[in-house]
Amino acid sequence: MAIKDYIRERFFPQMWCPGCGHGIILNGLIKAVEELGLNKNDIVMVSGIGCSARISGYLDFHTMHTLHGRALAFATGIKMSRPELNVLVPMGDGDALAIGGNHFIHAARRNIDMTAIVMNNRVYGMTGGQYSPLSGYGTLATTAPYTNIDHPFDVVDLAVAVGATFVARSTTYHIRQLTDLIKKAITHKGFSVVEILSQCPTYYGRKNKEGNAYEMMELMKQTTTPVGSEAKKQNHDLIETGVFVETDKPEYCTEYDKIIERAKKDN
Amino acid sequence: MPKAKLKEHKINRRWCKGCGICAHFCPKNVLEIDKDEKAVAARPEDCIACRLCELRCPDLAIEIITE
Amino acid sequence: MNEKIIKFVQGNEACVEAAIYAGLGFFAGYPITPSTEIAELLSVRLPQTGGKFLQMEDEIASICAIIGASLTGNKVMTATSGPGFSLMQEALGYAVMAEIPCVIVNVQRGGPSTGNPTHVSQGDINQARWGTHGDHSIIVLTASNHQDVFSITVDAFNMAEMYRTPVILLFDEVVAHLREGLTIPEKGALDIVDRLKTSVKRGVDFHPYLPREDGRLPMSDFGGIHRYNVTGLFHDMWGFPSSDPKVVHGLLRHLVDKIENNVYDISRYKEYFLEDARTIFVSYGSSARSALHVVKNRRARGERIGLLELQTLWPFPAGIVREKCSEAQCIIVVEMNMGQVLQQVKTAVDNPDKVFLANRIDGELITPTDIRNIMRLIQGRGV
Ligand SMILES: Cc1ncc(C[n+]2csc(CCOP(=O)(O)OP(=O)(O)O)c2C)c(N)n1
Ligand code: SF4
Ligand code: SF4
Ligand code: SF4
Ligand SMILES: [Mg+2]
Repeated sequence: MAIKDYIRERFFPQMWCPGCGHGIILNGLIKAVEELGLNKNDIVMVSGIGCSARISGYLDFHTMHTLHGRALAFATGIKMSRPELNVLVPMGDGDALAIGGNHFIHAARRNIDMTAIVMNNRVYGMTGGQYSPLSGYGTLATTAPYTNIDHPFDVVDLAVAVGATFVARSTTYHIRQLTDLIKKAITHKGFSVVEILSQCPTYYGRKNKEGNAYEMMELMKQTTTPVGSEAKKQNHDLIETGVFVETDKPEYCTEYDKIIERAKKDN
Repeated sequence: MPKAKLKEHKINRRWCKGCGICAHFCPKNVLEIDKDEKAVAARPEDCIACRLCELRCPDLAIEIITE
Repeated sequence: MNEKIIKFVQGNEACVEAAIYAGLGFFAGYPITPSTEIAELLSVRLPQTGGKFLQMEDEIASICAIIGASLTGNKVMTATSGPGFSLMQEALGYAVMAEIPCVIVNVQRGGPSTGNPTHVSQGDINQARWGTHGDHSIIVLTASNHQDVFSITVDAFNMAEMYRTPVILLFDEVVAHLREGLTIPEKGALDIVDRLKTSVKRGVDFHPYLPREDGRLPMSDFGGIHRYNVTGLFHDMWGFPSSDPKVVHGLLRHLVDKIENNVYDISRYKEYFLEDARTIFVSYGSSARSALHVVKNRRARGERIGLLELQTLWPFPAGIVREKCSEAQCIIVVEMNMGQVLQQVKTAVDNPDKVFLANRIDGELITPTDIRNIMRLIQGRGV
């Protein structure tokens, strides 16, 4: 199928700013779904609130646009009810890890079979450029005019620590890798996290003098390295990309089916 | 596998926002942003149909059609 | 097995049995006194019926999960108390806006804040009505004894389906924890409203938010044969966001009208000795038990006194209250708060000056003696 078969064309051109990385993630995600040959009717996309969350409206899947931070909780109810569906949950960095941080760690801990895609632009785009938990120490934001003193955390480390069974990272610059990692994440049975570094040229880029969209993407190229590379040992500041964890652990819906069996037997 | 050969760059001028990502990262410098802030294939003969422009376009505005 | 089952249970268990009777398929919750027994019992009972029970990370996640599960075609419920109910308010509004059937039980404790966890209160009446932001309507039901808890819980599930709305069951600690007899009706004895599903076939354009002629909105199980969008933003008949003033106006009117225009169908109440009553108690929940006790005692002595027990609190049955109280010389609202239903009754009746409050707000059940003492004061007879 062509790209056009996966989108709701009447809403294009989409609402994101010129060069917004979220559009590249949309592009890569469609490619991933196409290459996996998934049926649109078997895909549920649940998003929260933010520029990132608007992605669900553009895709011709079963789509639910929910509340800021709560997408994974809504998705849990859907997945538990219809385990056969592919549940994709794209989230902004604020969405997933500030207001939604609690749901993020617990969905991962349960190992419920869903694909969490963190569209990390290190800023609250939708509300106009305030700092997010991932902005990082020393950055500027509309609410950090004297520089940000909040320390960030590493989404990959966090996801690994709380038990996600597939954890990966890419960037909008690394479009082929991005697509490939989303494919792997969707195919993985269990809770998968793909962090994708995305650019918000309008707020983060402008405030932090990182230039326009492609200049921000150039920076992603320079500041990243494949996981386990020699370069990382030389320069500890480099951000690793690739697959960090891919393990098997009992999946939540499957486990619950066993609970039902036990309960029926005991009764 | 023989490389696909370019037939045309299909650029949706209504969707293109002129961000310049396609032009900047084109390995063969095929694309340009015109005075209306839209992408155009200025040197299509140099295109190697790698599709990087299509894959990276945030607006799904560019499609590489091969023979 | 179609025989009646008689049990000796807590009110919370009556609620659980009724939910299963009504077809509950999915529950998500977070423990909180005095509602916890509902979660515990459902963790046992639901999987026995093939349903699913989830203990989530908090009450926000709980209500979000049941909303998701409802969309896919399940009948769903969550249960909580004050602090948890406060956390649920944003998502409650989502269910209102997206018109997703669900039942939310709030077994009230004393508030505000952590308040008085193990004691009785009826302080959440207005929160249940206006807790989530923005104009909207909502259905809120309550009951005073276990048989009524059972039937009102079934009603709650039915109304949730009928009007595609969240329905709140507002119980109180005394009813929830008191043990008394419960007869579980035979299968089929109580009407059950099932999910109204669209007859639109696969491949044909389905409008998730286009009401039928009778005003009801058929659903298509999310993840099923029709792909559509659901959002908490104002939306058009396809479920896509819209800020078109006509669309916004139309949707808000629809959300309010579908409930307010059916206030008589939604109203549940019980009346005791109202025919010739000159003094009328208006009460609900466990307060109504004490009020009824006073009524029966005084009737035995020939006093013209009666009780209007409300089971539907919202939409407030103002017309019914006005009609039933039209001949009363004295109306006493008995409740365990600072007068939340009192305000509604005052607005409903012709002469608000004859409406008085008999209340208790210290975490103890208002007793018949409390009510009698307050009556003496109202009548100018001193304590
Ligand atoms: C409960 C709640 N608080 C705050 C907001 C306002 N709000 C909307 S989006 C957003 C942040 C979006 O940032 P992020 O999740 O990183 O997504 P982005 O826009 O950057 O893609 C905020 C704070 C809201 N909608 N709901
Ligand atoms: S504000 Fe930032 S995140 Fe939002 S659309 Fe614009 S560039 Fe993208
Ligand atoms: S990347 Fe897309 S939107 Fe940007 S200039 Fe090129 S065609 Fe236009
Ligand atoms: S296909 Fe490759 S070479 Fe051709 S224009 Fe696009 S990026 Fe340039
Ligand atoms: Mg962001």
